[in-house]
Amino acid sequence: MASVMPAWTRKRRMRAPPSRSVLGDLRETLGLWRLAASLGWLDVKLRYRGSALGPFWLTLSSVVMMASMGVLYARLFQINLHDYLPFLSVSQLLWQFGIANIIQESCTCFTEAENSIRSIRLPFGLQSLRLLVRNGIVIAHNLIVPIGIFALYDAWPGMIGLMSLPGLVLWSLDGFAACLFLGSLCARYRDLPPIVGAVLQVAFYITPVIWKPTQLGAKGWWLIYNPFYPLLEIVRAPLLGHVPDRTVVAVAVGVSVVFCMAALATFRHTRSRLAFWV
Amino acid sequence: MSTNGSERDAPFIRLENFSLSFPVLHGSARSLKKSLLKSVKRSVGRGMGHQVGGAVHGDDVLLVQALDHVSFEAGPGERIGLIGHNGAGKSTLLRALAGIYESSVGSLTLHGETHALLDPMAGMNRDLTGRENIRLFARYNDLERVHAVALERDVESFAGLGAFIDLPVRLYSSGMAVRLGFALATAPRPQILLMDEWFLAGDQHFQDKAEARLTDLVAHADIMIVTSHSMPILRRWCTRILWMEHGRVRMDGPASIVIDTYLDAVAGETPAPAPAEERTKGNGSDGQDRLTSS
Repeated sequence: MASVMPAWTRKRRMRAPPSRSVLGDLRETLGLWRLAASLGWLDVKLRYRGSALGPFWLTLSSVVMMASMGVLYARLFQINLHDYLPFLSVSQLLWQFGIANIIQESCTCFTEAENSIRSIRLPFGLQSLRLLVRNGIVIAHNLIVPIGIFALYDAWPGMIGLMSLPGLVLWSLDGFAACLFLGSLCARYRDLPPIVGAVLQVAFYITPVIWKPTQLGAKGWWLIYNPFYPLLEIVRAPLLGHVPDRTVVAVAVGVSVVFCMAALATFRHTRSRLAFWV
Repeated sequence: MSTNGSERDAPFIRLENFSLSFPVLHGSARSLKKSLLKSVKRSVGRGMGHQVGGAVHGDDVLLVQALDHVSFEAGPGERIGLIGHNGAGKSTLLRALAGIYESSVGSLTLHGETHALLDPMAGMNRDLTGRENIRLFARYNDLERVHAVALERDVESFAGLGAFIDLPVRLYSSGMAVRLGFALATAPRPQILLMDEWFLAGDQHFQDKAEARLTDLVAHADIMIVTSHSMPILRRWCTRILWMEHGRVRMDGPASIVIDTYLDAVAGETPAPAPAEERTKGNGSDGQDRLTSS
């Protein structure tokens, strides 16, 4: 039987021996960005296959939540909707899809890919990149909600909004690091994901997500010690038309650097054992 | 033997005292809370431990010495079969060669483009259709567009799934899924080919078809390493056999000599049924027996 395939030419040659370092893993991951994008896209597609609205189901539920929460909390906090709703919609989007979901899903990013990890040699960073792509797509679908509310109240942030981009880049790095960090730890200790969930729940209440930091007034001095606050603020403030505070930026960058270093150190330690753990 | 692509330099495999041990985590070792508690209690007393072929480390963490000072070299033209009892380290060795399991004890050098056939469903998503899985496979291997199209046509015609190709794989019968997996896994033409015994699964009609494709694949590879329980297949395909036992190489030599010695040894260990079983395993066994012994 003649080989039906043309010569099996790969643009990427399987390097052998496989790169046995964190750096090699990351470099290979970058080379496979197209695979990561496909996998991330397929994840979203499969999650909503068979539903007429597709990922827009999430958008719809966000709309319902925004409408009910907006009205209720504006009354509770005695703020007018014109101020509160744009804030809430951006906050909610960033927290729910940008922080909470990514952290929670990062716990299972390796264990869920168990089959492919044990049968195909691929860099582990690929799974992290896939998770970022998947969540990026979900965020893009939900962007419609704040955009609609901004249009409704004519609350466009203007050019300052673009200042959120560096913040988003920082978030991507942190998200990638979270996968390497939590992904490996959760592969080793299976009771960790619920603990992470519980911590996130507490973080949601003590971080100004549905309430504004200004509501605390002078009593809000401790906010800066909650790493979620500066991280959220560097992206949220520009989107609401403010330049983020310099301290906030410094702390956000500092926290990220420390976190990424810790994640790389953990990954360096666990990488060679991950295949046994998943 | 095969010298396709003269610009590719000669592939080789070299292992020197390569050892690999892996942790088997079970029970409370999986729990962070319990592990922390245990480390506090550790000073009080040590667990009694299990004695299942590995050194015991802690209470629920079993350290299995899967490969123990394995050394061998392989060069172009070699067709190597791995034999041995279940749990002798054949599959682990294959996974280590494929770069999935790593160990820093001893050295393992693999030079050449490698492709491993370890799991027929490798990288496949059961919720995607057959066609989508083919495209995903092309992405996994970073194929150029032209080749991805050729792959799709090739796999579609070989697997012969008809209209099922556009249905989710989870609706397939196990035979159909294996056919698709097999067609995909055997599409690449690597320099070094690593194969687990699963490729023997499938119905008789498919076996004949599969064999032609496998023969072609094997002929294209410079080095092949295969694990199998089927002595006839190993006799036919392999030039050399590594007999693994307890993670070590017990015997390494020409196929017929090692296989004969192996069968004699197996017959000696367990009087009557074992050799017969060993022979019949050849057809149809796809690794389920892995769980039963050792």
